[in-house]
Amino acid sequence: MKRKTFLKTLMGAAVAVTMAPFAATAQDGPIIVGEINHYKRMAAFAGPYKMGIELALEEINAAGGVMGRPLEFIFRDDQGEPGEAVKIAEELMTRDGAVMITGTILSNVGLAISSLAGEKGYVYLASEPLADSLVWASGNDYTFRLRSSTYMQAAMLAEEAAASGATKFATIAPNYAYGKDAVAAFKEVLTELNPDVEFVAEQWPALFKIDAGAEVQAIERAKPDAIYNVTFGTDLAKLVREGGDRGLFDGRTVYGLLSGEPEYLDPLGDEAPEGWVVTGFPWYDLEDGPDGAFVKAYQERYDDYPRLGSIVGYMTVQSIAAALERAGSTETDAIREAFKGLEVASAMGDITFRAIDHQATMGAYVGTTALRDGKGVMVDWEYKYGGDYLPSDEKVMELRPGN
Amino acid sequence: MGLFIAQLITGLANAGALFMVASGLSLIFGVTRIVNFAHGSFYMLGAYIGYTLMQVLPGAVGFWGAILLAGIAVGVIGMLVEILVLRPVYRAPELFQLVATFGVILVVADLTLMIWGPEDLLGPRAPGLRGVIRIMGEPVPKYDIALLVITPIVALLLWYLIARTRVGVLVRAATQDREMVGALGVNQAWLFTGVFALGCGLAGLGGALQLPKGGADLLMDFNILTAVFVVVVIGGMGSLPGAYLAAVIISVVNVFGVTYLPQSTLVLIFVVMVLVLMIRPYGLFGRPEVAGEHGQVGEPEKPIRPAGTQVRLLVAAGIATLAALPLYGSSFSQVLATDILIFCLFAASLHFLMGLSGLVSFGHAAYFGGGAYVAALIVTHSNSPMELAFVLAPIGAGLGALIIGWVCLRLTGVYFAMLTLAFAQLLWSLVFQWGEVTGGDDGLVNIWPADWLNDTTVFFYLALILCIGGILAMRHVAHSPFGYALRAGRDSDRRAEATGINVKRVQWLGFGFAGMMAGLAGGLFVFSKGSVFPNEMEIARSFDALIVVFLGGVKTLAGGVVGAATFKGLEEVITRFEYWRLILGLLIIFVVIVMPEGIVGTARKWAERAGWLRGEETRKRKAREEAA
Repeated sequence: MKRKTFLKTLMGAAVAVTMAPFAATAQDGPIIVGEINHYKRMAAFAGPYKMGIELALEEINAAGGVMGRPLEFIFRDDQGEPGEAVKIAEELMTRDGAVMITGTILSNVGLAISSLAGEKGYVYLASEPLADSLVWASGNDYTFRLRSSTYMQAAMLAEEAAASGATKFATIAPNYAYGKDAVAAFKEVLTELNPDVEFVAEQWPALFKIDAGAEVQAIERAKPDAIYNVTFGTDLAKLVREGGDRGLFDGRTVYGLLSGEPEYLDPLGDEAPEGWVVTGFPWYDLEDGPDGAFVKAYQERYDDYPRLGSIVGYMTVQSIAAALERAGSTETDAIREAFKGLEVASAMGDITFRAIDHQATMGAYVGTTALRDGKGVMVDWEYKYGGDYLPSDEKVMELRPGN
Repeated sequence: MGLFIAQLITGLANAGALFMVASGLSLIFGVTRIVNFAHGSFYMLGAYIGYTLMQVLPGAVGFWGAILLAGIAVGVIGMLVEILVLRPVYRAPELFQLVATFGVILVVADLTLMIWGPEDLLGPRAPGLRGVIRIMGEPVPKYDIALLVITPIVALLLWYLIARTRVGVLVRAATQDREMVGALGVNQAWLFTGVFALGCGLAGLGGALQLPKGGADLLMDFNILTAVFVVVVIGGMGSLPGAYLAAVIISVVNVFGVTYLPQSTLVLIFVVMVLVLMIRPYGLFGRPEVAGEHGQVGEPEKPIRPAGTQVRLLVAAGIATLAALPLYGSSFSQVLATDILIFCLFAASLHFLMGLSGLVSFGHAAYFGGGAYVAALIVTHSNSPMELAFVLAPIGAGLGALIIGWVCLRLTGVYFAMLTLAFAQLLWSLVFQWGEVTGGDDGLVNIWPADWLNDTTVFFYLALILCIGGILAMRHVAHSPFGYALRAGRDSDRRAEATGINVKRVQWLGFGFAGMMAGLAGGLFVFSKGSVFPNEMEIARSFDALIVVFLGGVKTLAGGVVGAATFKGLEEVITRFEYWRLILGLLIIFVVIVMPEGIVGTARKWAERAGWLRGEETRKRKAREEAA
């Protein structure tokens, strides 16, 4: 019955292991950044993202590091659990000597870390999570976001949709926060641009549990002119297959949020849909400019091609390095001030971390899908600058009560 | 009319894979009484193996051959799992095997990632069945028609096997009374192995068969699990016709739900499940469980006793050591200790329910997450002080548990467990869907403690006092008349009734009390993390608690706490490795095989054997000697 002692021994052991001495942040040692992600839960996305980070780190450290010190990332897996991520963030900041935190793909994990960052005063650069509330409704002084948000990308597609003149739209989006945000933003911007539009069906399949046949029948029944798709991953594959077979996409333009990202387009192989207007990442056509240089460096370094996550990872490091250089210090307040209004010469061109809401003006590539050599690609694409697709400053102030 | 028929066909086609997976689970449960959590993993394996075979084998023969071979291959894997992992633990306490199957889930998940890589695989098309045919003008994919034909054939073959062959006679006999079958000279071990292999093979077949409608991906295992459980429960556990009918009902209801109530995709099947169980408590074709039929496997339980002076002193010393943590530990060690303490309290509350009242809940996270949400909602929407919100967390969770418990206690055993799961899922869907109030899966953020509690060390002490206090309180209740009444009800319903105990009411209160304690843990959790998301109500969270209670030892008082601390501590270390799921899974399986009575139960037995602890035998001998 020595139950409590047994428990204490175990806890002692666990604590001892986690307290294994780590050298404190010496002034000449590496600058450490904590990176938290869902390496297991979302392996297909986090893998290329991490490769992008490592490429950038190698380049920066080969060129002498940041402020004369090497830059180092500690990668930790949070199992896709917000609670776990919060614990790891504490560990990175209080024990491992990280100067700031970055990472996450899932919005809820990003929001959890952001909440901790605001409370404890840690700088957090949300690299990939898309939720609008991260910088608006729940925004705080310590959280910054790199990737163009749900609103921005939806607004880009809404602009295209308004130009097409179609008036009867159906939407299909996964039944969770990202899907709802994406539909709300699209409706808002599109209605503003073209007040005549009408939404004849809204479908909400459960995330990764789509009943594609039934969804296609439901959309077909509403007879829309155009369809706005937010599904991704296996849901997208099933929708494309059932919809293609049943002729849902014949004579209708589909606007697909993120559907052009290699992460989602490539698994479809030669069944990738043609003629969809999508946001994505046409790495195969990037040659000139900083994005082309990135693609070249990535392919030389790895025996693989970059995904969207790769370039986001790369730009994450670029942004952090720029902020640290600008801060000239590894103190939290200095880094936070440096991020406000920070201009970064990134792999997607110049971007700014806006002082008003901490959102970076990273853009997205918008184009039309087509088949090339048995693979889905984006053609006629254009890089749209993110700064052009954000609401007015007054609106932003309203959306962000934290200001 | 055309659309209606087309929708019906879609539903029936969807029912195909679902039926095969569910019938496998149902068969396995019927004969071996194992609730196979790993069934989704076998489904996933079927899809991946089928995919690989289709790349190698050419043409239509190759395609259909690949599906058949995938089923057989998964059946063989299932057989190996049964022989290596489950056979050693058949004599463990009821439902203990599900811990082993949980270990299998983790191992299969990482092995699949290692072998097939992280990217989703798009399923190959069936040769010659691409495209649609028109039925009354509506397009219907040809492969749907194929599924429409194949499913009843598989169902008929199964029916023939069960109803018309000697093997089937044995299977049915074992489903009715497996002890008797064993007594009549049938080799139970091989019967179990065979049934398990058949069940897994069916799951694999289902996985391969759905390839042309989707593909293979790493989330398949958990994604199908809930639907399959729902089908098996609605159909009646162990019933094949039930599984078929339920698969059809669920699939068809879903198709119409998608069209006419698009927002309902999350809740619909659970609503159907709750409705069916309210009207037919044992599913459409199930039969009531006979009390004690499979309750007391293994050795009879030893009565629990209050701890002796020595143990009390040791515990006090341990608590003192922990309380001094801020003196020698880092700030992070306090954060970690807070996490572990909260989880210990959560696990202990489930252990209270399972150990003392014998009620197994598959949805205990509802009260943990429920408590967290009660506190977070109050803070978010009414700006009330943190202290008030914190006090309301366990009360809210306890009330919720009383309401849900009142409904669920109409059932017993596995059906009770399944109904708690359904309610937990309903609650989860509510939180997930009702974005305006609960924030949906973006959760509620910025829920921090009041200023005087905000320091890491102060909060650690709060958690320490409340968690240890809560655990000790539950222990105390175990030794109170209420605790005795609970145990009496667990061990013999009828005798307890005869002595004047209102068993249902005692169980109901026990359920509410356990829910309240889980809510307390949830309240602590939300203020330690500063945010809460629907994850905290998910099935995975309920499973976490369930697993650690079994690992610690259901039939011991300390099992929940020890299991939780061990598991959390191990997880903290192991998740730093790349293939941590594989390591953790193997560890769980190892513990299950070596320590079939849980860590505490088996450790005590070892200690008794080695003479370190006085067991019942020595106690009795001593008593005899003294008497003489």
